Formats: sequence, structure tokens, C-alpha cells
Amino acid sequence: MSALGELRRVKGQPVARQRKQNKAAFLFLLPWFIGLALITVGPMVASFALSFTRYNLLSPPRFNGIDNYVRMFEDERLHKALAVTFQYVLISVPLQLGLALLLAIVLDRGLRGLSLYRSAFYLPSLLGASVAIAILWRQLFGVDGLVNVVLGWFGIEGQGWISNPETALGTLMILNVWTFGAPMVIFLAGLRQIPVMYYEAASVDGANRRQQFRHITLPMLTPIIFFNLILQLIGAFQSFTQAFVVSGGTGGPVDSTLFYTLYLYQQGFANLNMGYASAMAWLLLVIVAGMTVLNFWASKYWVFYDDQD
Amino acid sequence: MTKTDPSTDLAPLTESVVTGMTAERVREQRRRRNAFRKPVTSILRHAFLIVAAALMLYPVIWMVVSSFRPTDLIFREAGLVFDSFEISNYVDGWNALTYPFNVYLLNSGLVVIGSIIGNLVSCSLAAYAFARLEFTGKKFWFAIMLLSIMLPIHVIIVPQYVLFSQLGWVNTFLPLIVPKLLATDAFFIFLMVQFIRGIPRELDEAARIDGAGHPRIFLQIILPLMVPALATTTIFTFIWTWNDFFSQLIFLTKPSLYTVPLALNAFQDAQSSTDFGELFAMSVVSLIPIFLIFLFGQRFLIKGIATTGIK
Repeated sequence: MSALGELRRVKGQPVARQRKQNKAAFLFLLPWFIGLALITVGPMVASFALSFTRYNLLSPPRFNGIDNYVRMFEDERLHKALAVTFQYVLISVPLQLGLALLLAIVLDRGLRGLSLYRSAFYLPSLLGASVAIAILWRQLFGVDGLVNVVLGWFGIEGQGWISNPETALGTLMILNVWTFGAPMVIFLAGLRQIPVMYYEAASVDGANRRQQFRHITLPMLTPIIFFNLILQLIGAFQSFTQAFVVSGGTGGPVDSTLFYTLYLYQQGFANLNMGYASAMAWLLLVIVAGMTVLNFWASKYWVFYDDQD
Repeated sequence: MTKTDPSTDLAPLTESVVTGMTAERVREQRRRRNAFRKPVTSILRHAFLIVAAALMLYPVIWMVVSSFRPTDLIFREAGLVFDSFEISNYVDGWNALTYPFNVYLLNSGLVVIGSIIGNLVSCSLAAYAFARLEFTGKKFWFAIMLLSIMLPIHVIIVPQYVLFSQLGWVNTFLPLIVPKLLATDAFFIFLMVQFIRGIPRELDEAARIDGAGHPRIFLQIILPLMVPALATTTIFTFIWTWNDFFSQLIFLTKPSLYTVPLALNAFQDAQSSTDFGELFAMSVVSLIPIFLIFLFGQRFLIKGIATTGIK
């Protein structure tokens, strides 16, 4: 403890420290409070209210009870959008995290050139959300695109991967998996936190590398896996740009890339069904929140916290 | 307080400062960690990693090379040889839309700069309060702040649009910048709180004894010490705002206000699939700032995602 700390201890707590610093805190937090009220919570409440109305921005909102919610039950495109989004999230996120974990483990433990590899794998995470990469994807998976040229070398007949409703969503999943670098960096940081002595003790006991991975690395890493899972799930549910650019804003072909957020955009900002879009926004919130709560509940059964006992 | 990259030679020294072990002991530990590594598996690992990295980056590099090719060649040539060096794609692409591309670059730049200033000022203020001040309901507000990080923007976009259109802000940059001035990117509050917590409180105390109030402690003690956190915030705000498409698409509909992503999207819409040469050229232009940030700000990027998990 430094001299100053000692001094404070001797003299006792200064009066100013014991009093709540409400006034100063309020001033420091003022911008955030205003933002919270006007930009976040206010609009949340407003969108809940709007979800019970018909509203096209031009004339004032008209109350229509739970019509919007009833309509959601009958809206086939909404069901399609939900199916597309869930498919996208549930397939691409586990693949992305699996790849991130694999590469992190290969990279771990003082490999020469680690930072170079890490950079190479991380770069796509920064680029992946851009319109430029979506344009690139359109070329890559187009009828005459790079993928088909390469397939042609092996005598494989390609196809228009993006214009085919069976495969269009798959190309977007590949794009999401391609951005595994960000979770990989988090895994790398997590791996570095595992004390070396655990491995030393295990090898003294004769555990081989696979056993060490199964019984030390994996359990110790579960909190990080959980953290990454929550983040990537929430992020993937809100994907918008790639589907919008690749499909020209339609969610096509045949709604096969109609992400939930894309459909919400179409309803709210192309058709000006602001009431319906608000109801859809709340459904999205309920889904994302529900999924997160479910994950936290399930985490009791598989996430291991070292300091818990 | 900070951990440097273990691949550099100074790492054991730094780690010893952090953990209190001697540098010798850290080196010893590292050696033991790697003792069971055989040279053959090491070569295999490098081979695997090089192939994987090449596969990952190939499309991007190919796009850069292709942007110098005439369009019909793009569709035939899968290789990376600079067989032609056509800058006409860049010249034509630059002027292909209603306005030359520098207009869109400038628009994006303005939004980015406004967002960065907004985030730096508002988030650091809020972070100071959460990290250093005691106030009523602190835990509650902190929880609210964390929750707001996870809130999908789509939930609030409709009423936000109504609000901003009533203020007459649609087709201005204000809806994209003002929320940042009001600390709505709570991620950065969290990041800065974590950082400030690592700054010794003794420094605040010393200033307090010298008669400094909170504004002065914040400005003269904390702010200079949290430069790394501010750098991380700047870099991430840059990348997110530069790549952002959804909110720009909603609030900017006038071509003279288009940002780079909007211009690219309009470009590819107009071209359908005909002229990938020019599309690629402008795409490459749009990625250059991100790439530069990546080159020079990597340290902060890696640290930023490792500590908070942001992309």
C-alpha cells in the first residue's frame, strides 16, 4: 500500500467520501440519462404503444387493438422470415464458434508467428459487415463467379448459388462463418488465462494431450464459449446488410434470404406499416431476450466456473 | 495493468511485472509449456495455418487484383497475377454515380468524425461516474447500461425515425451523430469503466487532497491515463460507423448525402451484375480506411475485443 493510502487510513475517511456524490454523478451521467430517456427507453415505450395501432407516418396513429399481433399469426412471409433467420442463426453460429475454437487452440501456446496468423484470421471480422464484401460475395457465388471457375477446374458443374433459393442462404452462412476471427481472439485470451500448473499436474499424472484438452482446456473455457455464444447469437439475429445487398433489398430469391430485420425494414420503411413493424420489433426483442434467458438457464448445466466452489 | 503480446521478446518481462513472478520464472514456465512440442507437429501446424489463412484472405486479395482488370477478364481469371493494370475501373467507377465518389467519402467521414467525438466525450463522462463516484441507485443504473448494450436497434428504430422526422432531421447527419453524443453506444461506457477501474485510486486521492474537484480529476488525472481505452473506442467507432448500413439507409435518402455504403449499394443496384470491374474498384476504395485502421490500430483492436468481446 502506498504512502498516501496509509495516510488516508490514519486520518480516517474524509467527510466528502462518505457523502454520496449524487450531484457530481448526475452531471457526469447527464448526456447518458438524456440519451437513455429520449433515444432508448422513450422509443421502446413508444414502439410498444405503436404496435397497437395502424400508422403510416402521414396520418396520426389509429388504435387497432391487437390486430397487428393477430396478423403476425397469419402472415406467411413473417413465418418464412422467422424460419430463415433461425436456420441462419442455428447453423452458422455453431459453425463459426467451432472454427474459432479450433483455430484458437491450434494457435495457442507460443506458436511462432502467432500475431501474424491472428491478424490474418481476424481481418475478415472487420470487413465482413461491409457492403463491399457483400458485393464481392455476389460475384463469388454468382453463375459466372469465382467459385464456379474454381469448381470448373475439377470438372464440377457450378450453378448460380445466390440465384438458387436452395443455396442462397447457405452463401450468407458461409459469410458469417468467415468472420470467426473476433470470437477466436476472445478464445485466445481465454486460453491464456488457464493456469499452466493444471497442465503440469495432469502430465505428471500421465494424462495425454487429448485427455488434457477434454478435462482441463474445455471445462476451463466454457465461460468464454458461453460468452461468445450469447454475443454471436444476438448479433446473428440482427443480421441485415448482407442479405439486403445480396438480394437487392428483396430477401429473394423466393424469400430464401428474407432475414427478420429485412422483413421489418420492408414493412416499416418500404410499405410504411409502422404499427406492424413495431409489433415485429417487439417480437424480435422477446425472441432475443428469451433466447438469452434460456441460454443463461442452460448454462448452469454446462458452464464451469473455476472459482465457484 | 496491461498485457503485451506474448510473441514478442519483452513479453516475459511484462508478464513478470503483472504477475509479480521473476522474468526468469515466466520464461521457465513458457519453456515447460512448449516442452512437449515436437518439430514435426509444429511444421504440420504451420502448414495447416498457412493454408487456412490463404483460403480466408484469397477472395479479398483477388478482389483487389481484379479491380485492375477489365470486367470480362474478372469472370475468367481466378488467379492473382497482375495480368493487366487497368486503372480505368477506378476512374470510371469514381464518376459513375450522380456525384463523384469523393462526395460519399466526405459524407462518411463527417458521420464518422461526429460519432467518434460523440462517443469519446459522452462515454468517458458516464464511465467516470460509474467507475469513481458513489451515487444513489448506482447498481441499478449500471445494470440498465449493460442491458442497453444488448438491445437490438430494430426495436427502437421506428419511433426513433418518427422522432427525428418530426424534428426535421431526416436527410441530415444529426440522427446518426446526436445519439452518440448522448452515449447510446453503451459498449464503450462499459469498456471505459473496466479501464478506469484499473487506474490506482491513490492518484485521485492525491489530487483531491490538493483541492481538485471531480471535473479536474476527470480531465487532468483520469482522461490522460485512459488514452488506450479512448484509442480503442475511436477505432471501433470508426469501423462500426464506416461499415454501418442499416441506420444510414433509413435516415439518408438524398443521393447528395449518401455515405460510402449507401453509394456502393446504389451502384450495384444500378449495375445489376454487369460491371464488376468498377464495382470492385469502388469496393476496394471503401475498404482502404478499414484496412489502414487494422494495420495501425491492431493492438487496440485485439485488446478491445479480448476484454469486452466486441467485434
